[in-house]
Amino acid sequence: MALAPNSISPEEWGIIWLSLKVSGAAMVATLPVGFALAWALARGRFPGRVLLDALVHLPLVLPPVVTGWLLLLSFGAQGVVGRWLAAMGVSVMFRWTGAALAASVMALPLMVRAIRLSLESVDRRLEAAARTLGASPLRVFATITLPLALPGVLAGMVLGFARSLGEFGATITFVSNIPGETQTLPLAIYAALQVPGQEGIVTRLALISVGLSLAALVASEVLTRRMGMRAHVL
Amino acid sequence: MSFEVDVSITRGRRRIAASFEAGPGITALFGRSGAGKTSVLDMIAGLVRPDEGRIAVDGRVLFDAAAGIDLRPEARGCGYVFQDYRLFPHMSVEGNLRYGWRMAAPDARWIAFEQVVEFLGLAGLLSARPRRLSGGEAQRVAIGRALLSGARFLLMDEPLSSLDAARREEIMRVIERIRDELALPILYVSHDRREVERLAGQIVEMD
Repeated sequence: MALAPNSISPEEWGIIWLSLKVSGAAMVATLPVGFALAWALARGRFPGRVLLDALVHLPLVLPPVVTGWLLLLSFGAQGVVGRWLAAMGVSVMFRWTGAALAASVMALPLMVRAIRLSLESVDRRLEAAARTLGASPLRVFATITLPLALPGVLAGMVLGFARSLGEFGATITFVSNIPGETQTLPLAIYAALQVPGQEGIVTRLALISVGLSLAALVASEVLTRRMGMRAHVL
Repeated sequence: MSFEVDVSITRGRRRIAASFEAGPGITALFGRSGAGKTSVLDMIAGLVRPDEGRIAVDGRVLFDAAAGIDLRPEARGCGYVFQDYRLFPHMSVEGNLRYGWRMAAPDARWIAFEQVVEFLGLAGLLSARPRRLSGGEAQRVAIGRALLSGARFLLMDEPLSSLDAARREEIMRVIERIRDELALPILYVSHDRREVERLAGQIVEMD
């Protein structure tokens, strides 16, 4: 069996662990930004809404290498954000945090989509009823809107996590392919493919990728169904 | 006067206006569908802002365009009973009933949870989810939820329209008892002449 636990080497476990760490961090970091954007797009009425919508979706259609290059320009040693971070003694270059940042940007559109759909499916008439029962807008949000949207928010997080696991192009462009630091599952598979005789490693890592992605998609679908959402996020 | 209403609003090309004063008991807002009856209730509840006018209930000013008064919906003390119930699907019947109670200031609460359960016959339904309820049960829960929120007056928007004949009779009796035993001013919207003549002490025609 290619996937028996004892056939997976410590190096490969390290790759899996790094992938989960990078994706987990990306998911957590994207959530507040993604929620705020989803809220603005679902509920906001402001000029430039269409443009914001397009910008949020840009990483979905842009060649990932371009996204990685743009990250390099802004977070690199000479970049606007990079110089500001360097002044505080922080750098994401060639670090796993940089990989998480790239994954986060790539996951953002999917997360925003799922959360936005769930917010739009919340019946505004229930919110109005809660107001007449004495709830302030903030309490309406906490007691009505958020609980009703929660399955969609969770589905968005799971999708974002799955997208992060698969992130390749922006990551390798932005923070390179460094074993133990930025070499996540897809990057490790790519590296193994460059060397003859590594078919076993490639197969194992590929199967693990398929398993993790499938689990995430099933989880997201289950959450979406629980919500009774007619529209699917993918 | 229980209700002093003089409001108008323009929506698109339509102008909705209502002007009336009503005493205690049930006042019916009567008229064909599309006359803007629900809009008037929404304005009294604070869900829709009138372009101009004044709203007072039991002498308390809720809205006065000239004086710049516009109380937020949660501060108006209104118990709004909707045509479509609007029970919270993620809460049990008890959770729905207690919702307004939790939000109300302690001195605004004038009826106890047990009293409402008894009054409306809800004891057997407390742990049920709203989607399991019949129309009549759901409307009783919605009425109870409004009472428990510390409502000083009720707005009822066609509360019988989605019920069958037997359930109509049941809810009509509940409304009569609220009128007689709880002495709460009620503004009642309907397009059914017989319903209105049975329940209301005063009828305001809208067209």
